[in-house]
Amino acid sequence: MNFLDITLDLLGGFGLTCLLFFLTLLLAVPLGLALSFCSMSKYKAVKGVSRIFIWIVRGIPLMLLVCMIYYLPGLLGKGGSSNIFYMLDLYFTSLSGSNELLYYGSFLAVLIAFVINYSCYFSEIFRGGIESIPQGQYEAGKVLGLTQGEIFRKIVLKQVIKRILPPMSNEIITLVKDTALANVIAIPEIIKRAKDMAATDALTWPLFYTAVFYLLFVGLVTILLGYAERKLSYFKA
Amino acid sequence: MFLEVKNLTKSFDDTRVLKGIDFTLEKGQVLSLIGSSGSGKTTLLRCINALETADGGSIYVDGNKIFDAELLNSKKKTQLKNKLNFGFVFQSFNLFPQYTALENVTLAPIQHIKDECKKNKRSKVYCKAMIAAAEEKAKELLEKVGLADKMDHYPCQLSGGQQQRVSIARALALNPDVLCFDEPTSALDPEITGEVLKIIKELAAEDMTMIIVTHEMNFAKDVSDKIIFMDNGVIAEEGTPEHIFGASENPRLHSFLSSFYGAHKV
Repeated sequence: MNFLDITLDLLGGFGLTCLLFFLTLLLAVPLGLALSFCSMSKYKAVKGVSRIFIWIVRGIPLMLLVCMIYYLPGLLGKGGSSNIFYMLDLYFTSLSGSNELLYYGSFLAVLIAFVINYSCYFSEIFRGGIESIPQGQYEAGKVLGLTQGEIFRKIVLKQVIKRILPPMSNEIITLVKDTALANVIAIPEIIKRAKDMAATDALTWPLFYTAVFYLLFVGLVTILLGYAERKLSYFKA
Repeated sequence: MFLEVKNLTKSFDDTRVLKGIDFTLEKGQVLSLIGSSGSGKTTLLRCINALETADGGSIYVDGNKIFDAELLNSKKKTQLKNKLNFGFVFQSFNLFPQYTALENVTLAPIQHIKDECKKNKRSKVYCKAMIAAAEEKAKELLEKVGLADKMDHYPCQLSGGQQQRVSIARALALNPDVLCFDEPTSALDPEITGEVLKIIKELAAEDMTMIIVTHEMNFAKDVSDKIIFMDNGVIAEEGTPEHIFGASENPRLHSFLSSFYGAHKV
């Protein structure tokens, strides 16, 4: 394998990394917002349950969470040995008639774990942002006859976004790199492919070469988030 | 009687902040609420504006009941007509930082127009005309408060006095029946309180009905038709400025005024 082949192979793996990244972001942001509303609910039961849920999820290493989502449903089910995600893998493989095992089921398991994990982290950032908006902003909206929904959408939301961008940037960059954890259940993302090269072809440098892909991607994300921050710098909140 | 407040009570936990407040106000009159900190004047103003929910009592505007604690407490939860009767100017302005001065003023009127258009399925032409009229009015109001050249400025680019003037324009944009001020100059440097007080005086001259919580005694004396002195959750004295600052023999009012002027002579 020459340099170009290896780069292309790793790039294919990095495509999976990006897919996991974008899908997690797309799903965890709205779920995190919903969860943050639950954790601020005036109903004590809703608030209590969501805060305990956040505590549990944030208290478990993401790698362990991935393993739990992937293995536990099968272990708890009938017979104790049927892994539903692996069965999905087999199902998709037979459906496509491919020679290689497809990983859609496993990917789903990782995605679920990532979305659960990041919803919890995002929800705490959202809660901090929402609670930091001065009461006076809500009161000003109220005396102007705006509904609670209008106050949130028209007045509070943009101020919250401005305040949470720096902590969200941190979390989003962590997410880019956390995608590497998908390799623990053999999803052929970039790290898994580089490790396979080390194992089968005795090539160690591709593993270190993967850093370039992450660096470039994180660089791009940093530029985009910096742009968003500058876009919101026209007001003070 | 234009505004009538009957037996209003309010407690925070075990502290009784309002112990039965009754007063009336005629249309076009200016009422000042004075009294030491903690006497309940701001709470009274906030109860009238529904920023706090009073525990007891009722409020009428122009003969219409706009608040009744009994109805609120009854299981029926009868909804009273939700008409916007009051404008409110905060001590700390509470402008919306992400909007320009003009947008701060137009935000609520335009939102109300949009809501109304959606609800009654108005034509687009009608809505656009209404919105254009609201913008025109907002510009006039900003001109009126002397900020014609600051319409496109964001709150962070304005001085405290300018911000407070925007917030007065914002409150006026909804044509309130009664405009309420909660210590409108307390967060301002002494040398710029004048520009805000001047506008309130101009509004008084136009017969705007106003309730003003203030620590500016000379201003209250000047602008008010009626002054209420609050002490420990009750109205301890009320009357014309001449009565409050001259004829009244209420000992608590005397000690309040003397401590007040004493502190300001330093």
